[in-house]
Amino acid sequence: MNIVTGFFYLFSTVLIASAVMVISARNPVHSVLFLILAFVNAAGLFLLLGAEFLAMILVIVYVGAVAVLFLFVVMMLDVDFAELKQGFLQYLPVGALIGIAVLVELVFVLGTWFQAPGELITRASAVKPGVSNTQALGQVLYTQYVYFFEISGLILLTAMIGAIVLTLRHKVGVKRQDIAQQVARTKETAMEVKKVPSRVGV
Amino acid sequence: MDPSFVFLGVLMMIVKGLALLVGLLIFVAYILLADRKIWAAVQLRRGPNVVGPWGLLQSFADMLKFVFKEPIVPSGANKGVFLLAPLVTSVLAMSAWAVIPLSSGWAIADLNVGILYIFAISSLGVYGVIMGGWASNSKYPFLGALRSAAQMVSYEVSIGFVLITVLLCSGSLNLTDIVEAQQSKWGLFGWYWLPLFPMFVIFFISALAETNRPPFDLPEAESELVAGFMVEYSSTPYLLFMMGEYVAILTMCAMTTILFMGGWLSPIPFSPFTAAWLAPIWFILKVSLVFFMFAMVKAFVPRYRYDQLMRLGWKVFLPLSLVGVVVVAGFLQFFGGVHG
Repeated sequence: MNIVTGFFYLFSTVLIASAVMVISARNPVHSVLFLILAFVNAAGLFLLLGAEFLAMILVIVYVGAVAVLFLFVVMMLDVDFAELKQGFLQYLPVGALIGIAVLVELVFVLGTWFQAPGELITRASAVKPGVSNTQALGQVLYTQYVYFFEISGLILLTAMIGAIVLTLRHKVGVKRQDIAQQVARTKETAMEVKKVPSRVGV
Repeated sequence: MDPSFVFLGVLMMIVKGLALLVGLLIFVAYILLADRKIWAAVQLRRGPNVVGPWGLLQSFADMLKFVFKEPIVPSGANKGVFLLAPLVTSVLAMSAWAVIPLSSGWAIADLNVGILYIFAISSLGVYGVIMGGWASNSKYPFLGALRSAAQMVSYEVSIGFVLITVLLCSGSLNLTDIVEAQQSKWGLFGWYWLPLFPMFVIFFISALAETNRPPFDLPEAESELVAGFMVEYSSTPYLLFMMGEYVAILTMCAMTTILFMGGWLSPIPFSPFTAAWLAPIWFILKVSLVFFMFAMVKAFVPRYRYDQLMRLGWKVFLPLSLVGVVVVAGFLQFFGGVHG
């Protein structure tokens, strides 16, 4: 068994084990930490596939940003587990339906592998030798699919603006720091010189 | 490939990695001492000067002290996560050094996406802080962890944009290529710090925030949170936190060196200075210079308030670095210099 195969089994075993732990851990913070472990192992699998750019982006975006915010929220929440467990049977059909849908899709993906193995190989090796992963992705993303790329960016921007609009509140009567105002202060606006007559006072 | 050859390759990798780690940790020991000495000098004190000549062995004495003390785990703490947090911090910080080239070809792994790797690793550094703060199960560490989560995510964004401007200029994600793209007959004036000066400043300040250095050390602000996320830590776990923090600082110094100060290139571009054996020495000198700036900032600048920190990250650096990306991209597009 060579080293790459060994690493493949290592990453996938840890990935599956931590994915199971995500749903079975009793503490929600532990769940999120296992989720992070699963992400990192998935990045390792990407590396083994030769998709180093995707692996790094997975770590940067999901582990470095999304999961941090996730952990942030879960840590702040006081999750009551007895309450969560109560709804279990009620949500079981919906969960099972989604699970079955995903399973069927996975079977279809696997099915194409057996139906047309040649097709898959030509698609998988879109990267020409000598062209790095990043470059190849960029060329596809910014030439062939540039409109889709821009549209998805716009959708994300709209979502961001929407979130800001929904949560922005201007409280009245709160002292705010206005840096421009502070910087613009001069000797004239900041202080007042008074001539105080001796023995009279102000 | 022949199995014995693969085995030898792996063995070589391990030996190289160990050599790098030992060198790195010794460097960290002296960087820590330098930090304290510089801080002391600014305040007209002497700093540590008792252990060894001029206090040169102070860090080693500290290390021994930490190792021999008893680690205390608070009874309310989540024990596993509590002990995992310092390990995460230090291991992640050290693993970033796997891709840093000390000289041409002197990297343990010369990744195609080296810069993204370091960016990813440095963005993971926040987990040690969050886990430590949460697992301690007390108020000050928790507040420190929350602060750190928001702070590091904010400043990563501007660091990302600064990286993009450097990548646009060098046309590669590989750290060795980025350094070699700065080679010119102008020596130190050909490096990216001059044409990308605003980006250099943004990167430097964001690096301070990313590594929780003063004036952005709000996760461990001793005047308000005692020691922030590290309150409950003692002995070896505390040592691991400190070590991880300083290794992360060194990583950021090395990143500044590679991206903006020509990595191992000689500042004086003619013969006796450009010798190959001088290259790692130039690199170490430059890293030390950047660290000197870090230490001076720590000594000079008072701590930011939290809302000021957020304002600086989101309202000043993010727009500025975004404009920087547009300007650099536009300049390269219209005045040539775009890499295929």
